[in-house]
Amino acid sequence: MVTLYRFTQRELCLLARQKADWLNPLLFFVIVLSLFPLGVGPEPNLLRIMAPGIVWIAALLSVLLAAERLFKDDYRNGVIEQLVAAKQPLLSFVLAKLITNWLSTGLPLVLLSPLVALLLNIDQASLVAMVFTLLLGTPLLSLLSVMGAALTVSADKGGILLALLILPLYIPLLIFASAAMEAAAMALPYYGQLAIMLAMLLFAMALIPLAVISALKLNVS
Amino acid sequence: MFNWLHPFAKPETVYHLCGRLYPWLMALAVLLLLLGNIWGLAFTPPDYQQGDSYRIIHIHVPSAIMSMGTYSAMAIAAFIALVWQVKIAQWSVLALAPVGAVYTAIALITGMAWGKPMWGTWWVWDARLTSELILLFLYLGVIALSGAFSDRQTGAKAASLLAVIGVINLPVIHFSVEWWNTLHQGASITKFAKPSIDPSMLWPLLISILAFKVLMLALLCLRLRNAILLNEQHRPWVKTLAGGH
Repeated sequence: MVTLYRFTQRELCLLARQKADWLNPLLFFVIVLSLFPLGVGPEPNLLRIMAPGIVWIAALLSVLLAAERLFKDDYRNGVIEQLVAAKQPLLSFVLAKLITNWLSTGLPLVLLSPLVALLLNIDQASLVAMVFTLLLGTPLLSLLSVMGAALTVSADKGGILLALLILPLYIPLLIFASAAMEAAAMALPYYGQLAIMLAMLLFAMALIPLAVISALKLNVS
Repeated sequence: MFNWLHPFAKPETVYHLCGRLYPWLMALAVLLLLLGNIWGLAFTPPDYQQGDSYRIIHIHVPSAIMSMGTYSAMAIAAFIALVWQVKIAQWSVLALAPVGAVYTAIALITGMAWGKPMWGTWWVWDARLTSELILLFLYLGVIALSGAFSDRQTGAKAASLLAVIGVINLPVIHFSVEWWNTLHQGASITKFAKPSIDPSMLWPLLISILAFKVLMLALLCLRLRNAILLNEQHRPWVKTLAGGH
């Protein structure tokens, strides 16, 4: 518990000093969102129909952008190597990474959602649904991207590889999140979709940290 | 059982075993492929609804079945590689991934060619088509990850880990895609009632499926032999094999 607290403190301190690491993905999210109306046309009804897909694809892209550098510095400095060599509990290191990654990429997306609703002409009910799906979905997105970053930490070419690894695993989340938002837009109940997203999140929370730990270990051995 | 299996963890034994098995498996695969495909493509009666165009089933269905069969074989090998650290299993993962990817691509391409005359379009976002496409992405991810590291061993281990993660996710992906499709549109053209297949068409199909399976094993032997030679190139037995330098 103490180590988890220390690791989290360290990660937050690093984030506070390297603001570009988490500000750039957010900026990228807003830019991608504003490109869609320019591409498909500013028709409000069209935007409202496409909004769920646009929001979730932009969220994925911005989280992917942030994920690439997640373990790179710690790997180059030898921090991960030292942790493995000293038989330190890697779990608290991984959990600290997850928590700070969500705080710096997931939570801002939730906070930005009113702005997104404004840009894409999303109504009140869909906005509420969007906040809920983002609250449940972005932690899962963080888990997936941390896993992808851990797998590719010592790889020569990161970027596009990371996307190729995560995209297939991300598809269920994309389907259920946009389904929930579409149901909300049609004034239908969407608790079922939220429940399935919660189930996927809990399942991933139980298993992905283990996969991240073994991925980190095989990258430094 | 472990005592019996133990010699097969040694690369040299596996190399020679694969060498002995390969000609037989390949000959059997070619024989079955010729038999199943010529019988299926030329001598079965035409379908009462689809005419002659259904004949692509003799390539489409075996490759689709083996695209999933190869993935499960790869995932089992990956699990063995991660839990017991067996090198042969790691190399088998890398040997199987391209074979499975090509089977998946064949299934997708023949499916599209079949879809054009039947459904009137090359591609529909049907649940099965989509999950097959995602399976192809998973294969490509495993292949790309294994090649991304300067250290071959790390690449093999990372690819094994990804294969296991993929197999845990595969049912989730499959069912969510199915759910997504049924939510959007009631599948009207994609779920056309397939008449239960006539024995005259069934036998060549079964032979073709067996042929694709044997071909997968033969290719595994071939690729595993290459992987063993590549990874053990500094060992004495490989050097004597290569001419004793």
